[in-house]
Amino acid sequence: MDILIEHGAVFIGIAIVFGLFMTWGIGANDVANAMGTSVGSRAITVKQAIVIAAVFEFAGAFLAGGHVTKTIRKGIIDPSMISSQPEILVYGMLAALLASATWLFIASTRGWPVSTTHTIVGAIVGFGIVGIGPNAVQWTKISTIVASWIVSPVVGGVIAYLLMISIRKLILNNAHPFEKAKQWAPLYVFMVGFIVALVTVFKGLKHLSIDLTVLQSFLVAVLVGLLASFLGWLLIRKIRVDKEADKDFHFASVEKVFTPMMLFTASAMAFAHGSNDVANGIGPLAAVVSIVGSGGELAQKSTLPIWILFLGGGGIVVGLATMGYRVMRTIGEKITPLTPTKGFCATLAAAATVVIASRTGLPVSTTQIAVGGVIGVGMARGIGAIDLRVVGGVFVSWLITLPVGGILAALFFFTLKGMFS
Amino acid sequence: MISNPLANLVKRSPLVSIQEHMRAVLECAREVPGLLEALSDGNTLEFEQIKDRICAKEDEADKIKNALRGRLPKSLFMPIDRRDLLEVLHIQDSIADTAQDIADLLFERQMKIPEEMKEPILVATRSSLDVCEFSLKVIEELDELLEMGFRGNEARQVEEMVDKLNRIEDDADAAERALAQTLFRIESKLDPVSVIMWYRIIEWIGDLADYAEKVGDRIRLFIAR
Repeated sequence: MDILIEHGAVFIGIAIVFGLFMTWGIGANDVANAMGTSVGSRAITVKQAIVIAAVFEFAGAFLAGGHVTKTIRKGIIDPSMISSQPEILVYGMLAALLASATWLFIASTRGWPVSTTHTIVGAIVGFGIVGIGPNAVQWTKISTIVASWIVSPVVGGVIAYLLMISIRKLILNNAHPFEKAKQWAPLYVFMVGFIVALVTVFKGLKHLSIDLTVLQSFLVAVLVGLLASFLGWLLIRKIRVDKEADKDFHFASVEKVFTPMMLFTASAMAFAHGSNDVANGIGPLAAVVSIVGSGGELAQKSTLPIWILFLGGGGIVVGLATMGYRVMRTIGEKITPLTPTKGFCATLAAAATVVIASRTGLPVSTTQIAVGGVIGVGMARGIGAIDLRVVGGVFVSWLITLPVGGILAALFFFTLKGMFS
Repeated sequence: MISNPLANLVKRSPLVSIQEHMRAVLECAREVPGLLEALSDGNTLEFEQIKDRICAKEDEADKIKNALRGRLPKSLFMPIDRRDLLEVLHIQDSIADTAQDIADLLFERQMKIPEEMKEPILVATRSSLDVCEFSLKVIEELDELLEMGFRGNEARQVEEMVDKLNRIEDDADAAERALAQTLFRIESKLDPVSVIMWYRIIEWIGDLADYAEKVGDRIRLFIAR
């Protein structure tokens, strides 16, 4: 207890520094995953991607990032086992943060793919087992989370598949696909706005002291959907048939209609990514602040201070602004483009899946879900070639990241415990 | 820089390469009527120039073929069977190879077209080229097929195109038979070896159409899957 009073400010300071480093890293690296398909399809320029990402990542983090943050903060470790020594949880969370930051740094320099989500969860479980005991870990929650890691890319894939089939049926497989595209595009854009808004608003804004009824939530979502739809209609109505391009590729004009629509899916993806990944940086920070602030009381009911969400969103934007441009440009150059219709399906599916996961407080890997979305379109025989070795590589990085996060966290934990006890 | 799985997930579509390859093959095959005309007119210089062009264009097509073969690991998940894809490539390749075979044999044996055969051989060659050109049209539909997931109206249209391809090939067959009959009638006027070699040339001219038709038939498999 005294340790908390004595060193409380130091702990919070360390947590803020490393939490910011994590969110900066997420902004610099992860965001490119979220925006990759959109930039690759040449639907948006890198500059546009940065601006969209900045606005919507922050919005996602701020408006919808609280639920996953709650899970990271207090859903994984059962603090009742250390109620007499609350500073252990502080050491642990700091250790988890340090471990994740370290691993992120190492992987960045080596160019390895890494999931910030997996790292932080592995780290927290790691210090939990080692620092407190295996019973301290809420294993049911962990198994739910791991299950979501397996299920969420599949869900993303299925949604992408269904979207692709719907676009073929409603638009492409017709005598006048261009006219059909203009007709149905507003509905698809409506879906983007509606889904993201509904999931965010549905009993989800308590941290802003906004509590809407079910009906009110639906109305807000419909409004957002209609607004998006209107904007989309404005962007699309000027598009004319390109007869020359259509000679080469019959669907060239239809793809032209879908190009501005990718602005909306890119925004949704940025929002979704912010809502899920911000927790990887600020979850542990929130835990430390909560314990130090309450003088050691591990109240499970304490709410998330808004300034932490603000900090998290801000960190992502800074990371984006500093390094994100370069990373995004590299991705934009290297990535093989998906045509706008396919990019739209893959991205919307991924965004919807991530945002639903965020709302249910499940930390997921946005990259894996994005991959799932692309594979979903591939299953609809819509993509020329998908390299499954990449998918294999992603699984392998999983397997490595979880234990590495855990071991590093354990090491840092004992170091901190030694330093401050 | 953290490596991004999404950057390497989607690879360049092999269907695009198939289309590029077929275009290169047609560039090569299109020279054959001109080759025979030059030979018919006794224009040796023109004949040799065209022969060289055929050789160069066959090389170009081979480059595309090898590049594609080089980037088809078994780990690729494609909307079409890898073996079907490689077969189409192989058959397309045979068209260019056959064009080169024709040019080479005519050149090496310094063959001269017998007067009676001059018209029928040009008719048969143009007929075969018609089949090749239409086959190219079918291959050009591959990106539309991909957009539609190899189903729906597009798939039906392509099937109808392949039906038409079969009919055009029947016409080429008829022209080839007429040409062979012409040769049969004048067999005794020519030396035996030349006769055999001319039958070979006739066979190869027919092969151009046959392979082109086979390409179309393989596309049916893409759709059927």
